[in-house]
Amino acid sequence: MRIAIAALLALAPLGAQTVAIQNATILTVTHGTIKGSILVRDGKIAEVGDKVMVPAGATVIDATGQYVIPGMVDAHTHIAADGGVNEGSISDSSMVDIRDVLNPEDIALYRALAGGETTIHILHGSANAVGGQCVTIKTRWGKDAQGLIFQGAPPGIKFALGENPKRSGNPTGRTATGAAPTARYPATRMGVEDTIRQAFTDAKAYQAEWNEYRAKVARGENAIPPRKDLRLEPLVEVLQGTRIVNCHGYRADELLMMLHVAKDFGFKIDLFVHCLEGYKIADEIAAQGAGVSTFSDWWIYKVEAADAIPYNAAILAKKGILVSLNSDDAELMRHMNIEAAKIMKYGGLSENDALAMVTLNPAKQLRVDKWVGSIDAGKDADLAIYDKYPLSASAKVLKVMIDGTVYFDRDKALADNIKAQQDRQKLIEKEKQNQTRQQPARRPTV
Amino acid sequence: MKLLGLLAGCALMAGAASNDTFLIRDADVYPVTGPMMQGVSVLVQDGKIADIGARLTAPKGIRIVEAKGLRVYPGMIDSATELGLQEIESVRETEDTGEIGQFMPQLRALAAVNPASEHFPVVRVNGITSVMTYPSSGSTGAGGGGGGRFGGGERQFISGQAALIHTDGWTWDDMAVKPYAALHLIFPAMPRAGRGGVTGNPDATPAAVAGGAAGGAAQARQAYQTQIDSINQFFDDARVYQKAKAANLPGFRTDLKFEAMIPVLDGKVPVAISASRASAIHDAVQFAGKQNIKIVILDPHDLKQVAAELKEKNIPVILGRVLALPEYEDDAYDSSHTLAAEAYRAGVKFALGTFGNEFVRNLPYEAAAAVAFGLPYDEALKAITINPAQIWGVADQVGSVEKGKWADLMITNGDPLEIQTQISHLYMKGKEVELTNRQIELYHKYLNRP
Repeated sequence: MRIAIAALLALAPLGAQTVAIQNATILTVTHGTIKGSILVRDGKIAEVGDKVMVPAGATVIDATGQYVIPGMVDAHTHIAADGGVNEGSISDSSMVDIRDVLNPEDIALYRALAGGETTIHILHGSANAVGGQCVTIKTRWGKDAQGLIFQGAPPGIKFALGENPKRSGNPTGRTATGAAPTARYPATRMGVEDTIRQAFTDAKAYQAEWNEYRAKVARGENAIPPRKDLRLEPLVEVLQGTRIVNCHGYRADELLMMLHVAKDFGFKIDLFVHCLEGYKIADEIAAQGAGVSTFSDWWIYKVEAADAIPYNAAILAKKGILVSLNSDDAELMRHMNIEAAKIMKYGGLSENDALAMVTLNPAKQLRVDKWVGSIDAGKDADLAIYDKYPLSASAKVLKVMIDGTVYFDRDKALADNIKAQQDRQKLIEKEKQNQTRQQPARRPTV
Repeated sequence: MKLLGLLAGCALMAGAASNDTFLIRDADVYPVTGPMMQGVSVLVQDGKIADIGARLTAPKGIRIVEAKGLRVYPGMIDSATELGLQEIESVRETEDTGEIGQFMPQLRALAAVNPASEHFPVVRVNGITSVMTYPSSGSTGAGGGGGGRFGGGERQFISGQAALIHTDGWTWDDMAVKPYAALHLIFPAMPRAGRGGVTGNPDATPAAVAGGAAGGAAQARQAYQTQIDSINQFFDDARVYQKAKAANLPGFRTDLKFEAMIPVLDGKVPVAISASRASAIHDAVQFAGKQNIKIVILDPHDLKQVAAELKEKNIPVILGRVLALPEYEDDAYDSSHTLAAEAYRAGVKFALGTFGNEFVRNLPYEAAAAVAFGLPYDEALKAITINPAQIWGVADQVGSVEKGKWADLMITNGDPLEIQTQISHLYMKGKEVELTNRQIELYHKYLNRP
């Protein structure tokens, strides 16, 4: 009881507010489209429906003629990671963690928020066969790094197949000293498979050592703990199913290879990212229950993307695979509603199935669907309000709410920017004057 | 009289037999240049629009395309691509843009267009019937790379002749709408402080402006001026050549570079100038005045600051992608989205370009995004149809549904700017184009995989 009160007190300052979004068209994702209201209390959705009683004192947002969708979820981004996303010096870098380099001041976070994205998974890059650890955050612009983190969301890890991880095995050009650069294993898709299998073989042995140690302790025997290995710890979590597996891949052959690896070592692939040839092995992906996060219509930017088709998501979905659309890009993530609309065009998916690909499906893949991804009572009040029907390029985001707080308001954003531009101009003028004053001191002395 | 009728009948039969003569019946026609015409027919003869009207009598034996409840629009035009010149961006062997050399007006994009490129069927199923294809990456904007796309040479200024082409044809000859639609010039730019190079272009280095930022602002400005001087010099030399040729001076020898400049000096071909920043655009306008040439500005990021000047001089612009990131960290988050609306409000003539190949098919959705951020709908449609036709000097042939123009048409079930709209028929010069491509074939193949 005491604990419960303490928890309530802790929540009170930030979540006590009650907000009602009224007269909106609400695309709930889980129970169709309704005309009505959403009541938000203590950061959560309290009620959704056509007859919602608004309590006295609630802040009312009149959304007449407007549309509300769940805040969008993006399973594949690389923003807000300060100083790069690839620990590319080694092929097996599972010890590094994006969580350690979170930069809450990256403007891309704000722009993603302004495009209606509220939950994003920030991935390590694809330079290594076994990449680093990944983190799920909310785009709470203005909070510090700790304040961004999606509490309760399981951590992830990235694997990479194909052209990117083998690139360092085929270096071109010369180093600064003029010497031929050293090749980093692997240089082929064969080597990529070997690198991943070796990592999991090591992880299995490491896991066994710890299991043996724990068994001894449980039996009351005197045991020496194994040496802790920061590279293998996250891989053991993969084997235990507590860490989300992202696997970057393009071609059907390499994706199939990874399915075999996962089967042999007994883990599940939560997300094949890119997966542009996934449609060629949809049955195999479906059989193993793997998920896919792909682009709508990106193609041909490299050889392994030559067979990419905009129907990929639709084929995979029709074969029963959990599919999401991801951005992998600071610009694309500003309009994932448009990407969803393209899946209605290419492959004829329903509005709801298409919208789920940028909301509920990625939430399931990231295992945060009990909190986000749809407009249901009890879930976090993460919502995006559009001026028009959102599955279209002619709609724009007006407001975005996370945990019941409005983090983006277009009217306010535009007003703030006018002020920012004025401040900027003032600084420029000031700097010009400074430079004029300093001019004599900077004259060359020759 | 009887004989005349017989002759007319023969002509019609000949027309009926060819595949570029037909009647689209009972459609809602959106000509773009005028108000929508409900429930009218469009008569296409020998590839051209012969008539549009409510009570057209179908010549006997003519092929009829029933279009009740459907819409007819002109095919769309992308004003900045490298279609046919670049297949896979990362594969050197499939790349034919960005030749080496500083002043290369003699290079013809058209003659390097691969008609069998997979890009063409991909973009035309989305209703893109014409594109401008450039000899160098139009997207390098203000900076441009070091000589040629792949580096290793001097900084390039004139990359060659851009062509306006159809997106279908057996040969590039077939495809040509205007073989020399513009001369492409990449204007110099001052290095931008704190941005690690001349532009956001990853190929660009501070050394792209000789002296670079390292030598201080004054030195950089001097280097910039030297580059502009060298461009002026090239144009002046071309004019001397032109006079020498006209005077048939003894010892006159043909020079391919200067030959290629003559249509530009005569004002018959515009110079498409890549210039993104306000200072570069302003200087490009000054340069055009001095040389007395027609220009079009490509990808003017800083349009707002120079809009009045562009309007006054009647200089059109090709806007880059609407769905693009802002230039500066502290720009309004929607600064790229609102650029088209800014151009419209300022009275600057504009068309849209996707500046690349991968996303040409999304051209109508780029236009839609401009509508979301303030551009009137009709102006968005014009920016991808009649405006580019006017800017590139082919408004008598394409860009709208009007009598006498090529029948570059699409029949749709709705607004082409809406993603869910489907195109049921597409015509270029009155020839029906099959709405398929390798991607659609792969879709059916793998959807039905046993």
